[in-house]
Amino acid sequence: MAPDQDHLYRLRNRPVAEKLVDVGFKNITVALASVVAVVLFAILIVVFRGSLESMGRYGLEFLVTSNWNPVDDEYGAGAAIYGTLLTSLLSLMIAVPLGVGTAIFITENIIPPGIRNLLGLMVELLAAIPSVVLGLWAIFVMEPFIRPGLELLHTAFHWLPIFSTPPMGPGTIPAVLILVVMILPIITAISRDSLNQVPGKLRQAAYGVGTTRWGALIHVILPAAVSGIVGGVMLALGRAMGETMAVTMIIGNSNNFSLSLLAPGNTIAAMLANQFGEADGSQVSSLMYAAFVLIVLTLGVNVMAQWLVKRLSLKY
Amino acid sequence: MSFTSARRTTDGLPDLTYQPTSSRNVSSRLLTMVAAIFAGIAVLPLILVLGYVLIKGGATISLRLLTELPPPPGLEGGGIANAMIGTLVVTLIAALIAIPVGVGGGIFLAEYSRSGWFAQFIRFGTNVLSGVPSIIAGVFVYGTIVTSRIIFGNSYSALAGGMALAILMLPTVIKTTDEGLKLVPDDLRRAALGIGASRFVMIARITLPTAFTPIATGVVLAIARAAGETAPLIFTALFSPYWSDLLSGDGLFAPIASLSVLIYNFATMPYEFHNELAWSASFVLVSMILVLNLVSRWLGQFASR
Repeated sequence: MAPDQDHLYRLRNRPVAEKLVDVGFKNITVALASVVAVVLFAILIVVFRGSLESMGRYGLEFLVTSNWNPVDDEYGAGAAIYGTLLTSLLSLMIAVPLGVGTAIFITENIIPPGIRNLLGLMVELLAAIPSVVLGLWAIFVMEPFIRPGLELLHTAFHWLPIFSTPPMGPGTIPAVLILVVMILPIITAISRDSLNQVPGKLRQAAYGVGTTRWGALIHVILPAAVSGIVGGVMLALGRAMGETMAVTMIIGNSNNFSLSLLAPGNTIAAMLANQFGEADGSQVSSLMYAAFVLIVLTLGVNVMAQWLVKRLSLKY
Repeated sequence: MSFTSARRTTDGLPDLTYQPTSSRNVSSRLLTMVAAIFAGIAVLPLILVLGYVLIKGGATISLRLLTELPPPPGLEGGGIANAMIGTLVVTLIAALIAIPVGVGGGIFLAEYSRSGWFAQFIRFGTNVLSGVPSIIAGVFVYGTIVTSRIIFGNSYSALAGGMALAILMLPTVIKTTDEGLKLVPDDLRRAALGIGASRFVMIARITLPTAFTPIATGVVLAIARAAGETAPLIFTALFSPYWSDLLSGDGLFAPIASLSVLIYNFATMPYEFHNELAWSASFVLVSMILVLNLVSRWLGQFASR
């Protein structure tokens, strides 16, 4: 061995520059990670401070009154909050059976794996379509298509308060339907993942004691996967509450409270999208108050989702 | 031993053959059919929406559409070129902000502090942030950047729009970096540290390159999602019927057009030609997003090989 290569084999101390880079890099990553926390708190603070004026003026009455009148400077977000809860819950009621059913269909070996994967891919691609494109489709294709059906509903059931007004184009029902399209991929994808994670032993044991496919599904597999499915459903609920563009384009943006599902309605997100750009003075503050309500609702749903997943998860 | 089933073979033994007419088998087949119908209904909107966008929008694509400015309301002729450039610019700004911050944050979570209280707090924050509605990101940027005119006295600007989109991309990028780095075997880390690499060198030369594909997949998906977002842009980047002055850089500080806002604005206009333009813009936007999705899928398959 040549003597001039000896230094390669001696212990060496790290140069100061290397240590500085090492420590510096760690600190940079800590700083970048805390950006998340900073942004989150900043969002809460900015929206809360923006809504202080309106909170002071209307208090909790804001949540239940529904006259929204920029001319007289009178605001109440009751109709929008009701619309947000109504549209998201209704769409959930339709999307959960559809999504879980689809997930079951593409995780069970009913059809060849090739077609199953294709179906899964198609549902995933549905999630990739921007909501504004879905809104465009809803305005020009879906709403004209379903209007005769809605008119039929109105003439047959106009004595029911929920069908009491004639359909005029945009309204709550088209908004609910487009929300179903938007949250279906979330529910399907998460249900599929949790169904796939159920250990194969459970299914084999169920078949072994002589049950049918659906006996195994209903009594064994679905209960084992329920925590993931519920988590997915809650995520979808949060998404449906905050969904903006497609709903804004098809719900009609009326601040008048109406029980009828055929009448135009409003949601908090749609109201924000519609009015924020042109608002000034106390209207901005009231919109911020509505935005704060929306944040609280979605945060509550998300935290509850995590809690439910923890509570419902079965241990094998 | 007694059997609940009354069915016996001629030998008096229970009949174990499959009974297609027994109620349990009928109901099972029925439920399977219901699931199949549900799957059909779930796929239907994708086929219908894609079909309409590709046929109705694809038919209008012409060179003029891709190179000209949109016409003023009521007039006809023109294209959506400035909105195409605008979408690219705003998405690029968002990516330039969200990728370094997100990858850096993800490195901290996966490499420096897997289970510390701060890391757990940041993970929780990331989950919460990904649940924040996109319109709220717009409201936030409007309240902090647009109204305060903090960017050299400009209110609505491409930069503000990019920041709003970056807030939406951030959680996805952090999560995919975190998960991607966690998949790297610890053996690689020990080997690198064992031969005397510093932590920084280990991350930069060993773990990050190893986790490149999952991170890239997630980042591409986040970009695809941001490109289609509208709600955060309508009162941050606003809209512009003109070309953005990007060569001198002034265009970054002025309102900028984007495909998604163009669709929103033109779809609600009472002019047929503008509605047509909204369909054309949908075609271009959906094609861009589908290509990005296929790229991420290809990256994923590339990694599994």
